[in-house]
Amino acid sequence: MSLRSPLSQVQGLGSAKEGVNHWWWQRVTALALVPLTVWLVICVARLTGADHAEVAAWMRSPLNSALLILFVSVGLYHTQLGMQVVWEDYVQSEWFKFATIIGTKFIATLLAVIAFISILRIALGS
Amino acid sequence: MLVYWIMAIASGPDAYNTIRSFFGSVIGKLLLLGWSYALFYHLCNGIRHLFWDIGMGFEMRTVYISGWAVVVASLVLTLSAWLIGYAMADNV
Repeated sequence: MSLRSPLSQVQGLGSAKEGVNHWWWQRVTALALVPLTVWLVICVARLTGADHAEVAAWMRSPLNSALLILFVSVGLYHTQLGMQVVWEDYVQSEWFKFATIIGTKFIATLLAVIAFISILRIALGS
Repeated sequence: MLVYWIMAIASGPDAYNTIRSFFGSVIGKLLLLGWSYALFYHLCNGIRHLFWDIGMGFEMRTVYISGWAVVVASLVLTLSAWLIGYAMADNV
């Protein structure tokens, strides 16, 4: 038996004020990834067996580096959103759920930064 | 894997040749094959889900048809991507 009133107990346990933000961005990124994925798959398939100079030349083109940066950022954000839903649905312990969600965000961010630096290094030539 | 590939390209020819020979090996190709089918399946089924989100295709018959269409379409897309790949590899 708690001394807190029923009203006090439910207050502060309601909406996280995020609304459909997560759901909506998962859809928006999905939509953006449809053409981006088709583009990337065609490019990568055409680069089969290419040597370093050919791949670097492909990546140096402004359109290719721009679209690749877009694919990596939108793709990793989409991945992070999707993995978060999996953790939320299937991880039972609260602390482990928290850890996996934060961990996924850290890994996605790290991969994105590595990709940006690498793409820009080729694109800006060094 | 994509990021590793991009990183290898930025790191220079040696790193790039290491990853290229790995994905050229039998194990590398098998991994790529599975991964490409998974990617296309996710793409096609994702489009199916986007149609559901706007309220289309909820009849049982349509659900079964679109479900199998996703399986077939991802097989066709995987095959096409690998055909392009092998056509390019022959030219090298």
